Amino acid sequence: MASLVMIYVCVVGAIGMLIGMALLLGRAIAGPSFYDRALAVNSFGTKAVLFLCLFSLIIGRPDGVDIAILYALMNFIATVAILKFFRYRALDVPLAQRPQRKSAGKGGA
Amino acid sequence: MAEVKHDAAAHAAAPLPWGEIFEWAQAFLSGGLILTGAFFVIAGAIGILRMPDFYTRIHAAGMTDTMGAEFILLGLIVQSGFTQTSLKLLLVAFFLFITSPTATHAIAHAAHLSGLKPKLGPYEAPELEDIGKGDGA
Repeated sequence: MASLVMIYVCVVGAIGMLIGMALLLGRAIAGPSFYDRALAVNSFGTKAVLFLCLFSLIIGRPDGVDIAILYALMNFIATVAILKFFRYRALDVPLAQRPQRKSAGKGGA
Repeated sequence: MAEVKHDAAAHAAAPLPWGEIFEWAQAFLSGGLILTGAFFVIAGAIGILRMPDFYTRIHAAGMTDTMGAEFILLGLIVQSGFTQTSLKLLLVAFFLFITSPTATHAIAHAAHLSGLKPKLGPYEAPELEDIGKGDGA
């Protein structure tokens, strides 16, 4: 009985994650700027990780939590890579190097 | 002898069923944590969808995502008990706790460096050159 209650609560939480993912998909489609879309996709990935954890415990196969770990790490790396690519238009730029502000600012402005 | 046996059986049936009570406490604790986390996650999603500006959207995303994710994973840890699954869920919670604010900060920094201005009322956003002067970079 108690485990049944826990599974029902997990189902409610998973449905909540799906609702949040639908709302974020709306923002990712309608986002005015590129950074809105990047933020929405990053948040979507976080909610996908949570949905995966809940779902794998609902169906009683906790192997999905491994995939959730993988997805959490890949989500972060993908976000940073997308931001870096759309800033420098290349991926082989070292992240630690600071862009020279004066020339970049004058050139950009 | 028979009387003693009967007494022992009555004495054993008298105490509370601690196993069942523990199960219900576990169910209520994990259920409350999961529902609180789901509330925060949905609130963050509504904030991302409805806030007027990119930087306010970042606020909604960063705060509620971290908090809601930690609550939900804590509820799942309580539900699964002392198992290997619980350790994996703790690992997921740790990674999300580290990477979610970092990713939000990276997006905000990239947006600010690219010159995206926040919507402000009577104030103006500081220029990039003025910010660079301060820290001597």
